[in-house]
Amino acid sequence: MEAYINMVLLTLLAIVTLTIVRQRNLFSVVVLFGVYSFLMASVMIVLDAVDVALTEAAVGAGISTVVLIGTLHITGSEEMRPSRLALLPIVTAAATGAILIWGTYDLPEFGKADVPINTHVAPFYLEQSIPLMGVPNVVTTILANFRSFDTLGETTVIFTAGLGIMLLLRHKSRKEASKILKKDVVFRVIIKLIIPFIMLFAFYVHFHGDYSPGGGFQAGVMLAGAVILYSIIFGAHEAQRVVPQSVAAFMIPLGVLIYAATGAISFIYGQNYMDYTALASYPKDAHHLGIILIELGVLITVASTMLSIFYAFVERRH
Amino acid sequence: MSQASSLDLLYLMIDVLSGAMILAGSFFIIVGAIGLIRMPDVFTRMHAVSVIETIGAGLLLSGLMIQAGPTLLALKLFFVFVLFFFTAPVATHAVAQAALSAGETPQLSEDRRSKTAAATPVNSNDNEGADD
Repeated sequence: MEAYINMVLLTLLAIVTLTIVRQRNLFSVVVLFGVYSFLMASVMIVLDAVDVALTEAAVGAGISTVVLIGTLHITGSEEMRPSRLALLPIVTAAATGAILIWGTYDLPEFGKADVPINTHVAPFYLEQSIPLMGVPNVVTTILANFRSFDTLGETTVIFTAGLGIMLLLRHKSRKEASKILKKDVVFRVIIKLIIPFIMLFAFYVHFHGDYSPGGGFQAGVMLAGAVILYSIIFGAHEAQRVVPQSVAAFMIPLGVLIYAATGAISFIYGQNYMDYTALASYPKDAHHLGIILIELGVLITVASTMLSIFYAFVERRH
Repeated sequence: MSQASSLDLLYLMIDVLSGAMILAGSFFIIVGAIGLIRMPDVFTRMHAVSVIETIGAGLLLSGLMIQAGPTLLALKLFFVFVLFFFTAPVATHAVAQAALSAGETPQLSEDRRSKTAAATPVNSNDNEGADD
């Protein structure tokens, strides 16, 4: 059954990809990217990687669609026909693809039992998550505890991306309200009704992240999504009265700082970096607290980066 | 013994009811998908899609809720149902607004008739009968 579901989903993915390549209208391409992300999220769910599916749906189908539409607002939505056949790019792309496919032959088969990842790495994480950390969601323990250095790196990458986009796109803000949507009472009422629940769900995903799928990344994207939704309906200026651009910009490094500082607390007690046992008297409580704190750092950085990117795009009209 | 059999009957009823609801929901989703492809213009297509979002998803979720029983899972499914109940019509509304502001006008049956009549002027009377 699972194999059939995978077949259908992967076939649809291939069809969507080919359509994206052939499509000239960039607005359709953006919508198809959203479709692609949702299909990918479904594939991830079939693979039991619900955390990744949540991220893919929130980032791929949610935020990036909004940002890409914001880009189309600046660039126009029709792709120009190439004036001549791009021979060099075709050769480069085909060669890179061929090398990558060739490289997969050296990788072990999917789910093979006697490769290092399945003989001692993954079993260690799976077996030790509950005894060492008391955290049922192994994805969260790996992300925030066993491999918290990697996640610190990822958070820094997001921080850098936000910094880069703000340096490239930052512009003087201009007073401009969206005309059509703001008048419509249906949007105003429903969006006001729904935004608190989106935020509540974001915090649930964050604080419940060690028991159920989710964590700082997903929660941050949802939180930013709630504010972006508000600014789509009521105009970016109304949204900036709630979360000013300067606050969003200030929170990008703040999240990384919270993350790094949580790890550094253990220095005071003479322990290794990112060893959370110093945070509370019982190791398991300490691990829970440490995970929540560093995920909070991730949440703040991700949410404010997404929001800053969105603000940067909105303000750079025409 | 009799208690066990009545419990069995209850489980059978739950299975039958939820199965019927899931099947009916799937039917409406397929109908909506066919409508999305076959309908002539934006507004009628949206009409077809709204079937998926309201009764299709509603029946599917209700069937799953019955299957889940009185658990936290059922409550979560109910939340999804409520979310759909509020957001799906708004999304349709947004698309309709966007279509109208982009200058899309609903295709009326007069338009279709005159179009088919213009396309085949010889036996336009037959086409009119077929369209109705």
